[in-house]
Amino acid sequence: MSMFSIFGVSGSAVSAQSQRLNVVASNLANADAVAGPDGKIYKGRQVVFETVLMDSQASAGVKVSTISENQEPGKRTHNPSHPMADAEGFITQSNVNPVEEMVNMISASRSYQNNVEVMNTAKTLLLKTLQLGQ
Amino acid sequence: MFAQMTNSLDFHSKALVVRAERQRVIASNIANADTPGYVARDVNFREAMANATGNSTSPVASRMSSSTSNSKHIPLTSSTGELGGNPLAYAPQTQPSMDGNSVDLDRERSNFVDNAVRYESTLRFINGHAKTILSAIQGQ
Repeated sequence: MSMFSIFGVSGSAVSAQSQRLNVVASNLANADAVAGPDGKIYKGRQVVFETVLMDSQASAGVKVSTISENQEPGKRTHNPSHPMADAEGFITQSNVNPVEEMVNMISASRSYQNNVEVMNTAKTLLLKTLQLGQ
Repeated sequence: MFAQMTNSLDFHSKALVVRAERQRVIASNIANADTPGYVARDVNFREAMANATGNSTSPVASRMSSSTSNSKHIPLTSSTGELGGNPLAYAPQTQPSMDGNSVDLDRERSNFVDNAVRYESTLRFINGHAKTILSAIQGQ
């Protein structure tokens, strides 16, 4: 049944988008995290999507292939009263850009909604097909 | 006699299969709207119906069947599931993007709704036809 595989396709997209949303949430949560004594900062993460073929070439789902880390240096601010400040009075924070993350979040949420709507439509059509001849 | 009665039913059921297939292809496009390098696909409904009903008078279909002029040629095989010898077409790219993704989400969404409505109308045709046949059998 071809229509049933829509749930597989859209389901894979929904789970991939929710994983993206998860990564955005962890980035935003750690946006102001200060580097510890070892000098390592929290590096912003980003998901990389990849097409995955379902049963035939006509239906292509999506999955998260890798999660890449942003290798830019963290932002340094002068704050001598901070307990983690170094000898020069600077603290190093994560390299997350909150504005980019917010945009990413909106995009992920819209794609999620789109796929849920696709599943709802497919479900309605299948139910109507089930009532055929009544 | 009965074969003639169900001819139109047959036609609509084939249309239903093609509509379902197209729905699946568009769902794949929407699912991969954020995938880098994904190329949007679409079903050419006219060709798919011509293939399904057996009168492949469309130019592409006849060109494809004549493409193997030598027995050693490798025939073009289908890349789809239920559409038989009907390869999927590539949807035209409207707004090129840096990551090579050619899905236009607005177009896909309108295509999806359009296809859903047409699927439902085909269902109603079948339903009405079945009711007609039933009332003819009952004769009341």
